[in-house]
Amino acid sequence: MTEAHEQARSAAREPSVDPATDPSAGEVFDADIHAKAREVIARYPQSRSALLPLLHLVQSVQGYVSREGITFCARHLDLSEAEVSGVVTFYTMYKRRPCGQHLVSVCTNTLCAALGGDAVYRRLCEHLGEEGRPLGHEETAGTPGEQGSITIEHAECLAACDLAPVLQVNYEYFDNQSPDSAVELVDALRNGDKPAPTRGAPLTDFRSAELQLAGFFPDDSEQSRSDVDAPTAAEETVRGARLAQDRGWTAPAMPDDVALPEVEQK
Amino acid sequence: MTLTHRAPAEPEQTPEQRTVTLTIDGRSITVPEGTTVWQAARELGIDIPALCHDERYEPVGVCRMCVVDTGGRAFAASCVRPCEPDMEVTTSTPEVEQSRRVLTELLVVDQPEREHDPKQTTTADNELIAVADDYDVIGVDDLFSGPAKGTDHSNPVIAVDHDACILCDRCVRACDDVQGNDVIGRTGKGYGSRIAFDLNDPMGASSCVTCGECVSACPTGALTNKPINNIPIQPKEQLDAVDTVCPYCGVGCALTYYVDRERGGISYAEGRDQPGNQSRLCVKGRYGWDYAASPQRLTTPLIRVDAAYPKGPLSADVKEDSGEDGDGKRGRKPGGLVPYEEVMPHFREATWDEALDLVARRLGEIYAESGSDGIAGFGSAKCSNEEGYLFQKLIRTAFRSNNVDHCTRLCHASSVAALFEGVGSGSVSTTYGDIANADVAIITGSNATANHPVASSFFKQARRDGTTIIYIDPRAGTVADHADIFCQLKPGTDVALYNGIMHEIIRLDLVDHDFVADRTANYEQLAKTVEAYPPELAAQITGVDAETIRRIARIWGEAGAGVIYWGMGISQHTTGTDNARCLIAMCSITGNVGRPGTGLHPLRGQNNVQGASDAGLIPMFYPNYQSASDSAARQRFERAWGVQLNPNNGLTVTEVMASVLDGGVRGMYMLGENPFLSDPNINKVRKALAKLDFLVVQDIFLTETAEFADVILPASSYLEKDGTYTNTDRRVQRGRTVFDPPGQARVDWQIVQDIAQRLGLGWDYRSPREVFEEMVELMPDYANLTYDNLGSTGKLYPNPDPEHEDGTVVLFDDRFNTSDGLAHLVPAEWLPGKELPDEEYPYVLNTGRLLEHWHTGSMTRRSYALDSIAPRAEAYVHPGDAAELGLTDGGRARVVSRRGEIELHVKVSHREARGNVFIPFHFREAAANLLTIDEIDPTGKIPEFKFCAVRIVPVADRESAPAGGSTA
Repeated sequence: MTEAHEQARSAAREPSVDPATDPSAGEVFDADIHAKAREVIARYPQSRSALLPLLHLVQSVQGYVSREGITFCARHLDLSEAEVSGVVTFYTMYKRRPCGQHLVSVCTNTLCAALGGDAVYRRLCEHLGEEGRPLGHEETAGTPGEQGSITIEHAECLAACDLAPVLQVNYEYFDNQSPDSAVELVDALRNGDKPAPTRGAPLTDFRSAELQLAGFFPDDSEQSRSDVDAPTAAEETVRGARLAQDRGWTAPAMPDDVALPEVEQK
Repeated sequence: MTLTHRAPAEPEQTPEQRTVTLTIDGRSITVPEGTTVWQAARELGIDIPALCHDERYEPVGVCRMCVVDTGGRAFAASCVRPCEPDMEVTTSTPEVEQSRRVLTELLVVDQPEREHDPKQTTTADNELIAVADDYDVIGVDDLFSGPAKGTDHSNPVIAVDHDACILCDRCVRACDDVQGNDVIGRTGKGYGSRIAFDLNDPMGASSCVTCGECVSACPTGALTNKPINNIPIQPKEQLDAVDTVCPYCGVGCALTYYVDRERGGISYAEGRDQPGNQSRLCVKGRYGWDYAASPQRLTTPLIRVDAAYPKGPLSADVKEDSGEDGDGKRGRKPGGLVPYEEVMPHFREATWDEALDLVARRLGEIYAESGSDGIAGFGSAKCSNEEGYLFQKLIRTAFRSNNVDHCTRLCHASSVAALFEGVGSGSVSTTYGDIANADVAIITGSNATANHPVASSFFKQARRDGTTIIYIDPRAGTVADHADIFCQLKPGTDVALYNGIMHEIIRLDLVDHDFVADRTANYEQLAKTVEAYPPELAAQITGVDAETIRRIARIWGEAGAGVIYWGMGISQHTTGTDNARCLIAMCSITGNVGRPGTGLHPLRGQNNVQGASDAGLIPMFYPNYQSASDSAARQRFERAWGVQLNPNNGLTVTEVMASVLDGGVRGMYMLGENPFLSDPNINKVRKALAKLDFLVVQDIFLTETAEFADVILPASSYLEKDGTYTNTDRRVQRGRTVFDPPGQARVDWQIVQDIAQRLGLGWDYRSPREVFEEMVELMPDYANLTYDNLGSTGKLYPNPDPEHEDGTVVLFDDRFNTSDGLAHLVPAEWLPGKELPDEEYPYVLNTGRLLEHWHTGSMTRRSYALDSIAPRAEAYVHPGDAAELGLTDGGRARVVSRRGEIELHVKVSHREARGNVFIPFHFREAAANLLTIDEIDPTGKIPEFKFCAVRIVPVADRESAPAGGSTA
């Protein structure tokens, strides 16, 4: 095949119907978002690799992945809507219903649960519920998108067992929680405050966090650096490594030809 | 013509292909590199159970049923594991068997009970249940079974049971990789995963086109056919399998009907492996056959009663002239078919003898009074080759008239005219499947996904395998979604576009000079004409930017192999012949004819439009395109038929109607044609039909045309007769009888023969086979073909050795069929459409077909599946135009042209261009051809169905009108 064909093939990755003017994608996404989408796609040698960040971009606009959002991604990436839908429903970070201003994720995996995560989750659900009906998984207190609205979810392992029980607000950590501290936190969020996370970047809101997950950071470079460089390691997490360093401990090298242990027959 | 068809399933053999030798169950085998363990085992006769794997699809290795022991740490899924040198494979050890048994238990525990399984209780070939039986897994009581995942009955003919689904992904691959529809995916994760349609929509509300490929792929009861017409779905062993061919489009898919003899109905249809369609079917082929069992079938000969003269239309719908003050009667019936209760009282039942005697007497009288010019016959491209041949023989010998034509006049007559002039043959130069060998394919004026769905699946597949697809069409049909370049030109500007592309090809010197010098004539003239069409000028005319025109020129000019497929968007213009001339020139100047992956392919509409044309249902040709005005040809047929023939060309479909109004043609024989709905400018056709002195209509239903008949003869449907049919690829296939005709209805060829005998012709054919043998004698292209060697998959013509070869795929490898063997390039100047939009009629009307319907709807609107999927007439309008006009999706509008007006629903569609409106012509209650213009192409005599000016006016919805409104 000649060069011209190669060019035609790669040009083909540009969808034949311009997504920016395709009315089937609605008018939900403005020119800026279409430009951002093209920017994301340009990062990858194959356009379909851009699907995950593009879905975050969609969530930064609507606070969830709507049908229009799926069509938006499908058109930009020359994928079928069924393919995009399959990815959206597989990953829990993509929400199919509108999210609140903040997303509160409570870890209820083994260690957190044992150390009080279940109690934290239960207490928050009751506290955020109305008229005696506690909130359920991925339900929202307040009107989604409005100030002070909060969506709650129970999350699988958030990878912070040494700080259990933990929860996250818009994916920023709040360590060593108790039911009381968690209630205090969500009340502050409902009042429009943005308490500082235990570690990491300062708190914004769900849609802003989603824009960062799509790979877009604030224009102010100083602010941007501080978001990226914010310390994320807790003292508990690095204590073991520091102890080993102090005492000069090293792990034995792993030989290449080590025999694997026998697996017991069933 | 030495290139013959390459069997598609056969892998490419390169001379120095590397091989691997391995041992499977102690036996040594050497296989080509890349062969999977599963395939190698199969070659040794070892069957490894598999659920997700089927040789029709790329293996994915998700079900793990096919695991084998390769000596590694874990078992390997043999369907995806390539053979490695010196590999030692054991396909069955106690551990492997245990693994399969446990897996089976885990799958079975979530399945519906056997007695409720949608597959086991119907076709009884649930593959999981077969595996379970092999492993003695009957009931599994000690395992946890999850919550039900639900069913989906939203599609009229396909049932979904998510509980029976094992997530093997076969349906996903069938939908994506085979049919290229990309509807089915997965949703959710873990235990809650399900297959999903689009955005997890109900199947019936999704973009699913109901091709049924997923049903044929599914190994369990997750996707199954629903019964149609209450004929239950049963195991194949209990049904009678009839191998035949699909009755709808020119793709001519081979299929098998499974027939319930006890109930006298078809239980279901399946695609059959034939080199063209390779078992694929579309919604019409798989689900649209029940029209033949309609209670509205004509079963007795009918004669018009005296009180029904003078003749005129009989139903209110057909009677009504289009005036501004419509009384709201049109379209009041939801089905939109001819109202039998209104029409039948004007006819009385008759015996066959009485009816046939009357036909012979009246046609004979008119011939005696007015001579050859007084008689005309319209055959049908739905009928078999044998019926077409006999019909034209009857008109030509009994009435010495060449006034015999059929609906090819309305579809590809201009393409055929250009092809005859350019390359000396009206048929395709290569097959639709040959696109696989093309670097570049231009698809133009063809909504292939709707009109040639199975061929389009091969186009989509070729693109995935690297063929660049350039789609040129004024509408952004779904083909555009699968195109590398979509070029949305303004309607009726094709010549300007192709001249612009050729201008650029010549400027870039991408011309194949050797080919031009050795194989073509008149290149200089062509070059001179296109010189005047620089891309900038072409851009002004076509609305396509000059850069795109240049890009297409470069890609086409540099293609190693390029092929063009085209449809009615090219041919149904007053410049139809010129449009096709440009395509012939495009291929010729770049040397893109006569090699694999190159050529010219007008996609044929009807199942037998190629065959009906081959058989001589054309006013200027005897069978095999032997010119009626050529004395040598005439003498050949005079000798064969033993009568003197008329040396003058006959009248075409459109000319016949004009002749009737002028008092020329007085008597007509209509075999399966319904010109009332299919011809342009219905109001004129209405007058012509009413004026005929005698009209005999031979059909399976009461058509609008039959309302004007003196005699109606009940004919046989496609399912009730034997005969051969020739598809768009030149594949001649046998259709086989599934049922006897209902009531007194008779097989068409016998009716034609009975009339011939009454007219004094001594015909005595005993079977279609005898007719075919006579045809082959007179038709050099069909040489060597016999009913016996056509076999179950048919044969392509020309075919030097049908006993061993499938036939010739690529024509013209060393010479064209013209007298000097050269391709004759005919330059064309761009001319605008005949009726341009103006202030009064500002929109351009384009007409065409929908996926679910066929022509005038007399078959498809009597099919349960097709009518329930697409029940109503709609005008497709661009969202911008809709907003400007105040039209809403689903609302109603009146569309008015200088010739008539119709009222129908609006579909707001981003697939239309601004200023255009598309209306399918299937619906008599909103007949698009009331609007179309009867201007014709000067050479091909084809009407301009694709271009006329209309105005669109919103109409308040009657149903939502306040009480007391004018509801009929």
